[in-house]
Amino acid sequence: MNTLFDKIWDAHTVKTIAEGTCVLYIDRQYIHEVTSPQAFAGIKKRGVGVFRPSQITASPDHNVPTLNQHLPPADPLSVSQLEALATNCRENDIEIFAVGTPRNGIVHVVGPEVGLTQPGMTIVCGDSHTSTHGAMGAVAFGVGTSEVEMVLASQCIMQTKPRSMRINIEGELKKGVCSKDIILHIISRLGTGGGTGYFVEFAGSAIRSLSMEARMTICNMSIEMGARGGMIAPDELTFEYLKGRPYAPSGAEWDAAVERWKTLKSDSDAVFDREEYFDASEIEPMVTYGTNPGMGVPVNGHIPHVEEIEESSRASFEKALDYMGFKAGEKMAGKKIDYVFLGSCTNGRIEDLRLFASYVKGHKKHPSVTAWIVPGSRQVARMAREEGIEETLREAGFEMREPGCSACLAMNGDTIPQGAYCLSTSNRNFEGRQGVGARTILCGPLVAAAAAISGEITIPEV
Amino acid sequence: MIEKFTTLYSTAATLEIENIDTDQIIPARFLKATTREGFGENAFYDWRYDDKGNLRGDFPVEKERWLSSRVLVAGKNFGCGSSREHAAWAIYGAGFRVVVSSFFADIFRNNALNNGLLPVKVSDDFLAAIFERVKNNPDTRIVVNLEKQTIAIEGTDMCEEFEVSPYKKECLINGYDDIDYLVSIRGEIEKYENDRK
Repeated sequence: MNTLFDKIWDAHTVKTIAEGTCVLYIDRQYIHEVTSPQAFAGIKKRGVGVFRPSQITASPDHNVPTLNQHLPPADPLSVSQLEALATNCRENDIEIFAVGTPRNGIVHVVGPEVGLTQPGMTIVCGDSHTSTHGAMGAVAFGVGTSEVEMVLASQCIMQTKPRSMRINIEGELKKGVCSKDIILHIISRLGTGGGTGYFVEFAGSAIRSLSMEARMTICNMSIEMGARGGMIAPDELTFEYLKGRPYAPSGAEWDAAVERWKTLKSDSDAVFDREEYFDASEIEPMVTYGTNPGMGVPVNGHIPHVEEIEESSRASFEKALDYMGFKAGEKMAGKKIDYVFLGSCTNGRIEDLRLFASYVKGHKKHPSVTAWIVPGSRQVARMAREEGIEETLREAGFEMREPGCSACLAMNGDTIPQGAYCLSTSNRNFEGRQGVGARTILCGPLVAAAAAISGEITIPEV
Repeated sequence: MIEKFTTLYSTAATLEIENIDTDQIIPARFLKATTREGFGENAFYDWRYDDKGNLRGDFPVEKERWLSSRVLVAGKNFGCGSSREHAAWAIYGAGFRVVVSSFFADIFRNNALNNGLLPVKVSDDFLAAIFERVKNNPDTRIVVNLEKQTIAIEGTDMCEEFEVSPYKKECLINGYDDIDYLVSIRGEIEKYENDRK
């Protein structure tokens, strides 16, 4: 009567010390340049080496320029962070997918893409969107730099086991509704703190019907409702996705692995600490209106009226609307936008580019919109080129950039100007996230495409 | 080795705002350092300073209190968003040793504990009482006793117990950290690896 999460967690518990605190073994750690340098400095100071370097993989992503990537970034601090990562990997025998090489990209896009992320694993990274890997049936979650250091030093971290939640989404999705809309819908109902303390399993017929990449988008944003992580039980689609990828097992090892992975599901009598239910057919294309991902409404809906907001949250609600330059009760459709950003570990995979390109094909980008199309990895960029997506985009007036985290958090110079409205397929609409004073409206690739053509928030026609 | 923690008496800097995310605590453009130092002065930068780098008049905590208080009190769901430990370093670096809220995001809570910054979760009512008291008298002191796991408002009979894992409590009181412990059990970890093969 165990949940999938329990099975994986318990199998990775080396020991339990004190009440509730476990030493948890980590199968794979991904690292990037922003949250790892202090961890490497830490183990160096302690005089201990990296315990299991072959279980760590690095991909620089946050600071990399998305134009002229063959040149060093303009900011010397970005250069020093990228150099620190390269040096730390070289000195500690850690594999790195260096900038410009075929496997480079956003760690959470790259991990599944190369087959390093596999069902049943425990995976951490100093990055909250590590939950993305949960779509492959792994227990994956973001950690802080002290915890990155723990894994460097011992391949383990100290953790308290979170409670379990299952989110069931049953039924058929409406046409034109994508996985980003599902997760924005869920977070708008549960709130940004609604999943705090829990590890979530997403289940139900609507989840089963999604592609692997669409599942990644859902798990990616589990952290935006506060959940420790999100996961989906592996199935035939998962195995099919993994087969033949460079780091996936092959031959007899593959067959044995699939047999093992088939057992990875919650028992039919498993008891979760909490269950939530959603009807897929009720979900509409979504956008956010405020400054956290829980402030979402259907594209054809309106911003809540003050009276609809709980009294204790009204000050925060009004602060958010003031920042966004919106008024309570306003409709979202028809609002003018200045920027469109397609990319990030949430929606920077090939299916996202395909969806966006299929919508803009035969149309022209609206002249007042600046659009940044940023593939999540070099492989995504290569596929987009080979499939003719880049050409379709070009004909419609869009330019495809080079891979990286880009405007999702604007560390690399891809900054949205003060006061400008950006319709963004990324994961966070916090104040200043995309640049000081930038106003972020989160959405999926279809809503982004529709707005890029019309210049305003538009219900996608499908 | 982190600084040892036992009992703290301090005035409080209050931010009566819910869902304060780590991008507000330390904006991403300040994350480019490769050391842990220097984040304190940039804590809540975009709320404290205008685009010319001048202190803004509308930040709810005046400069003196910001510099002298060791307790930060904030609305519910504090520390949501990014996993950046820089958020904990920034708050610690700004001089705080305790953050009080009625709800904390998980990763922030762990990061805080790993850096000697104590997250104290109180009831909504207690949080409201602190906001009220400090608003009426900014010199009100908060008393945090880690040994007894209590938080009190000085000069009142208001006191609440708070939770902290026994393991983390011991670490904070003694200044231990997890990494030394994990390195010391490498043998056991190796045995675990061999057993599961």
